[in-house]
Formats: sequence, C-alpha cells, structure tokens
Amino acid sequence: MRLTLHVWRQTHATAGGRFERYEVPDANEHMSFLEMLDVLNGRLIEQGKEPIAFEHDCREGICGSCGMVINGRPHGPVQRVTACQLHMRSFTDGDEIWLEPWRSAAFPVLKDLVVDRSALDRIIQAGGYISIRTGAAPDANAVPVPKRNAEQSMDAAACIGCGACVAACPNGSAMLFTAAKISHLGLLPQGQPERFSRVLAMVERMDAEGFGNCTNHGSCEAACPKGISLDFIARLNRDLIRATLGKGMEVAAG
Amino acid sequence: MELQARVPDGPIAEKWDKHRFDMKLVNPSNKRKYEIIVVGSGLAGASAAATLGELGYLVKCFTYHDSPRRAHSIAAQGGINAAKNYQSDGDSVFRLFYDTVKGGDFRSREANVYRLAQVSLNIIDQCVAQGVPFAREYGGLLANRSFGGAQVSRTFYARGQTGQQLLLGAYQALERQIVARTVTMYPRTEMLDVIVIDGQARGIVVRDLVTGAISSHVADAVVLGTGGYSNVFFLSTNAKACNVTASWRAYKRGAAFANPCFTQIHPTCIPQSGHYQSKLTLMSESLRNDGRIWAPKKQGDTRAANDIPEDERDYYLERIYPSFGNLSPRDVSSRRAKEMVDKGHGVGPERNGVYLDFRDAIQRLGQATIAERYGNLFDMYKQITGENPYDVPMRIYPAPHYAMGGLWVDYNLMSTLPGLFVIGEANFSDHGANRLGASALMQGLADGYFVLPYTIGHYLAGNKFHPVATDDTECRNADHEATVLTKKLLDVNGTKPVDVFHRQLGKLIWERCGMARNADGLKKALAEIPRIREEFWRDVRVLGSGTELNQELEKAGRVADFLEFAEVLCLDALERDESCGGHFREEHETADGEAKRDDERFAHVAAWEYTGPSSAPKRHVEPLVFDNVKLATRSYK
Repeated sequence: MRLTLHVWRQTHATAGGRFERYEVPDANEHMSFLEMLDVLNGRLIEQGKEPIAFEHDCREGICGSCGMVINGRPHGPVQRVTACQLHMRSFTDGDEIWLEPWRSAAFPVLKDLVVDRSALDRIIQAGGYISIRTGAAPDANAVPVPKRNAEQSMDAAACIGCGACVAACPNGSAMLFTAAKISHLGLLPQGQPERFSRVLAMVERMDAEGFGNCTNHGSCEAACPKGISLDFIARLNRDLIRATLGKGMEVAAG
Repeated sequence: MELQARVPDGPIAEKWDKHRFDMKLVNPSNKRKYEIIVVGSGLAGASAAATLGELGYLVKCFTYHDSPRRAHSIAAQGGINAAKNYQSDGDSVFRLFYDTVKGGDFRSREANVYRLAQVSLNIIDQCVAQGVPFAREYGGLLANRSFGGAQVSRTFYARGQTGQQLLLGAYQALERQIVARTVTMYPRTEMLDVIVIDGQARGIVVRDLVTGAISSHVADAVVLGTGGYSNVFFLSTNAKACNVTASWRAYKRGAAFANPCFTQIHPTCIPQSGHYQSKLTLMSESLRNDGRIWAPKKQGDTRAANDIPEDERDYYLERIYPSFGNLSPRDVSSRRAKEMVDKGHGVGPERNGVYLDFRDAIQRLGQATIAERYGNLFDMYKQITGENPYDVPMRIYPAPHYAMGGLWVDYNLMSTLPGLFVIGEANFSDHGANRLGASALMQGLADGYFVLPYTIGHYLAGNKFHPVATDDTECRNADHEATVLTKKLLDVNGTKPVDVFHRQLGKLIWERCGMARNADGLKKALAEIPRIREEFWRDVRVLGSGTELNQELEKAGRVADFLEFAEVLCLDALERDESCGGHFREEHETADGEAKRDDERFAHVAAWEYTGPSSAPKRHVEPLVFDNVKLATRSYK
C-alpha cells in the first residue's frame, strides 16, 4: 500500500516544530506501524536525511515507551492497542497519516515524537508505593485477599505509564494514571495504612506538575491501550474527599 | 586470572546462613559514607538500588530509558517460581534446587542455585507486601500454575503480566528511595565504560542521551544489572534497546565473560512474517499448561488447521516425552519444533511454525476460563497475526530469548574485576546451559533484594578505598576514550544504516550459532564476523551530531559491541565440544536426538579473559562439582 505521512519534526525542546511530508510507497499490511517507520527511516538515512526520532522498546505493548498521536488519536485508530502493536492492516492504500508527539504542558517535546514524561515518575514518588523494608514481610499467605479485590487491583495495575490518557484529555489531566495507582494499592489490604495520605500527596504532586483538572470528559479511558476504567477516577475522588475531610485517616476498609 | 568461586564450606543447606554470619558488616552510621553505582533498573537493578538505598548507602542508579519502569523485565509474562509448596504437591527448597540444576543440564554452580531456591521464599513475601496483585484463589490465598521442566505447581503469576507487576513493585520501592534521597536516579543515561583505579572498579563513564554530554561518576563499588545479549541475533524477543555494551566494556576492563554460548531459544514465539521484521514476540510458556503442540503428520500439508483430522496430527511432545509432554523444558521443546519444520511439517504461510492448540482446553474448561488465564496473550496474538486463537490454533516457532551466559561472578556475585558486581541476567551463575521458565524473575529479584545487599557490604567493609575524583587521570582517560569512540562512529559517514549490519550479523549468528551448531559452521562464522565488522566501520552512516538526542548513534555503539562480542560467542561454542542444554552441537547427540554431554571434559564453566584488541581471548576453567545432585542424563520421558 502507498501512504503519505505528515510527521512532526522538531530538533530540540526549545526549537519550533513543523510537519514534514513523506511518501511510503511500499507498506505491507503485515508490518507493524513502527516497522513501517523503520523502513522509512532506513530510506531517509540513505538519502542523507535525519531519521524521525520516536520512542519504542519492547514492541509488545507493555513497556509504555512508545506513543504518538496518529491521526488525532493517541496510539492510533485501534482501541486498546499501543502504537507498537498497531499493524498496517488497520490502514488502507492511499491513506494520509498525521503523526504528532503527545501534546501536554507537562510533557515537553525533546525531539520529533519524543517527549519527557518524567512528571509521571514524580507522581509515583509522591506516594505511589507501600512503605515496607526489604526482608521484613510476613508470609505471603498470612493475609488473604478476596479474589475480587485482587482482580480489580490488577485491572488498575495494568497501567503501562505511556501517557496516552494525558495526551487524549482536553485538559491535559493525569487523573487516570494517578487513579490507577491509587486504586491498585488502595484495593489491597497491604495498601490500607497509607491509603489516605497517599491520595493527598499524589494529587497534590499531579497538580504541581502542571497537569490539568479532570472534568469527566472520558477521552482518557477511550485512549488507554490497557482499558483502565474511569471508575478508578471515581474511586480516587471518593478517597480524596474522605482524606480532605479528615475522616478515615485511620485504617478504613472498603 | 584466577577463578575463585569462594563457595563457603559446609553442607549445602547451611552454606548461605553460615556465610551471612561470616561476612563483615558495615555499621549503620557508616553506610552513608559509601557510594555505590547501580547500572540498569530492571528487576535486578531496581531491587538492588532500592534495597541498598534503604540500608543507608548512597546509591546512583543509571538507565538508558526515560524511566526505570521501562526495563525489559516488564515484558516477562508467565510467572515467578518459589518453593512455597502452597499446593502441597511435594515441592521443597531442595526440589526447586534439583529441578534448576537438572534443567540447566548440570552446568551451573550448585551452591548458587541452592541459595536461589532458599531465597525464593522471601521474594514472594516481599512482593505481596509491596502490593503485587498476584492471582488468587476464591479463598483469598495465592494461586499457582505449572511451568516447563517441573512436575509441581510452584509458579506465582499476575495474569500474563507477572514481569510488569514485579518490576512495578521494585520500581515503586526505588521511587520511594529517590524521594528519600538515598538513591539519585539518572534516566536517559547510557554507560559506556568502567573506570578501574588501582585494580578496583571505582566508577563508570556515561553519555547523557539528551544532551550527548559524556561524563564520569565515581563510587566505591559498581553493580551491573544490565541484562542479556540475545539481540546479537538481531531478531529476538528482547526489547529493541537490549544490548551487550555494559558487559562488553566491563569485559575489556578485566571482567571475565562466562559461557557466552549458553543462549536460550524460547519455543513459543510468533513466527517471522517478512524481511522488514524488527523483533519477535514471545507467547508465554504458561500457554503450554493448556495448549497442545502439534504439527501435521503429512509433510507439506497445506490444509487449514481445523481441517486436519485428529489422527493426522502429531502431538510430538506428548509422543516423545510422555511424562512431561507439552511442559518439556525449553531447549528440548525448541529443538523438536525445529526438527518438525526442517522435516517439512511446518505450518503457516511461510511453513515456518508448529501449532499451539487450545481447542481441547476450551472444550474442557470453557472459553471464559481460558480468557481469564491468558486473555491478554490471546489479544496480543490476534493483534499481531490477524488470526483469532480461540478459533484457530496459534502458530509458534522458537526465537532467541535469554542469555544464561554472562559475566563470571563468584558466590558473592563479584566479577573477576574487584568491586564490580553483576546481577540478574547479566551474570552467568544460576541457570547453567538452560534456564527453566519462571526462573529469570526469581533470580533477578533474589540477587537484587536478598543476595547482593549482604555481599556488597562484606566487600566494602573488608577493603580500603582511596578517595577518587572525576578529574583523576583514569577517569579523564576513560572519558576521552568514550568521546573518541563516539566521534569515530559519526565520522565514518558511509552509505548504510546501522540496522543493515545488525541484521547481517544476526542472520549469520542465527544460522551458525543458533539452535544447532557444528564446528564447520562456527569456523565459517568466525571468519565472517570480522568481515562484517570491517564493513561496518567503513560504511556505516550515522547522521546528526553527538551533542543531541541521536538514536542512530546509540544503536551504532551497541551494534559495534555486538560485532566484537559475537566472536567470543562463536569461539565459546566451538571450544565447548559437547552438547548441553541450549548448546546443541550436532556432532554430539544421542541415538534418539537428545543433547549428549561430555562430563569428563566439560563439566566446567568456561570464562573468557580479554587480552587486547589484536590477540585472542584466553579461556579459563572453573570446574563444577556436584555433591548434592547426581550427574545424570536428563530425561523428560
């Protein structure tokens, strides 16, 4: 298939950027989207033109490195699929494809399609963990965890930290990312002691990093390659209200 | 060079306890006076950095990723072994130890493996306490599944994302230490060299991947948790950035490289679909719990899988290995798949795979149960191939996956370069010639959480450290060498992109030093590698500059190292004139096609010493003694 690409090119963080047009005359439906870009990059190098910078690593949809806005949608047209798992059979001959980096004030562009997502790490630093010492843990089966809670916790923990939720949100909010971590830990008995201090600290950090507010738009859930549910944002809000009112600062269930 | 394994005396079950008592300690208030560099932030690196930071050491942790959460440990799917015996099915520390030594085809060090089995118990406790959402039974207790090479159910798992969840646990522990300022994190920073001062590893040279700045960092000890080298094959299940650079540069500074020819080819990966293919995708071994592997009995059978009647299907693993069947170990399963394809029984458009079929499991358990166990893997398969594995069997074929070989380490996980410790996949010690499924996660976390934090303290307390600074001659020299090498790559200005050479190398190594090897082919590879290397340095084209984010430059440096490393890989495969585990020499097979070991001549570790750019590396030997597991022919029949 023949494709026309319009790719955002930007040399460094403070430079201006622009779209450049490239032709890919020989894409194949079995290629992954990133393999199509590999082929284009190989050709650009042979022509003496700088290849397009984009992040990727595992190419199995789990490391969260890849991510670009493809025709206005983070990770492209197929739901619940990362850019690296997107295959060219989702496109048709003659398509025009527009490629942009994640757009968010909290994610400065480093080069072309590569952005700085370290703000997400700093949200985790604010409290996205359980404070235990190595080697001090009780036997793993000492505390039973209801299967339902463990499954829900895993649903939230499936977040790969790619940042698509932020890129999809009209407000540039990181609520889905933050809510996923709050819920992953808050649904487990091990996460109860720090449950309410965690939500306060993480939300404060999220605001300080320049992410926008959540207005329940729902684009994040639609864009999330792992299908993280909006319900977790509701859960975060419930915990946040309880924490803010000073109730439930002690261990609370449910 | 001497290979002193430093295995403690005494009965195997007491060695680690005794050693922990015998080791010197660093007083809590003195810990903050020691600086430790950890390179890599995967399961091994992140767990080590977090634990060392928590103990009070000053830790600097480096990763080339934008965040420590991206390390390739994250892609491990199936699970993590531990001898908890929660299923009461006869498991024990000794059985896990026994299975691992046998699974490794008697080419690992008994004492290290026993310790691994012992601390496996602590790992699960630790991870549950961190909030890793392992699969559970309805009563709320932990669930287990079976994995290849074992007849007990000892694998803990979090759906098909166990590596992700364990890494996030270690990552969160690391982030907690970063905010506590015991660990300083250097993301997007790649290690280019080890700095050796007075015979001790005292620092590293790094390149900031955003600005291109090259600088040195000094410390009292250096820890490498930098993963394996399967990308020497170009097409592998490893992430694209996985490389041998850190290990290779350490090797050139005096760390011996052990058993590089022990590479694991994983039996269940999606077959290659075209020449543009950039990597191969693993389908977790856990699928073999419920999937049945088969190929058509008829050669060149072009019928669709579901049109082939039952009596024309060859469930060859169940036929050849009735006891272990579809859960036979990886090396054995891979070789049998290759045999079927080589003999013309291959399936799929390229005739390059065998079937992994869930028809019977879906009939027995229902689609919902299968979806609960493997849903994400089925989705991934469908996304990549366009075929629905609930309706038609998956097509699979072996692919390079893991490196059992790595830098040589003693019982304390220290390399032959004093002060340089190596953990996780980057070292060689625990898996022998073949790793069992769900044991990589176990080893990475064992090393990082429970072994290294003790042994490194012993080293620090027992040695004197002269103050060093980044403007010392050794640092400036290493800095300069790294700068020159980077410039050299940019200056070639040839005609071909880096990938062209990497693909060429990978194809050669896969053909000559892949699932089956022979002396003739290895000699041909050894003649061909220098030719590709010479062409690389004459004709590679790396555009852009060294003072910016330059992904081609990063790739070029890594491929340059693979082009050197590949020679030691093939040399090791040539010198090890026996078959064992994943190292299958066609000259040495039993009458029924199994690997034929030669314990008289090769019951040892081979460790290679660098002797300079124009002389051949020197082979050293650490004899392996088996006091607790009887050397026997592996049988899974």
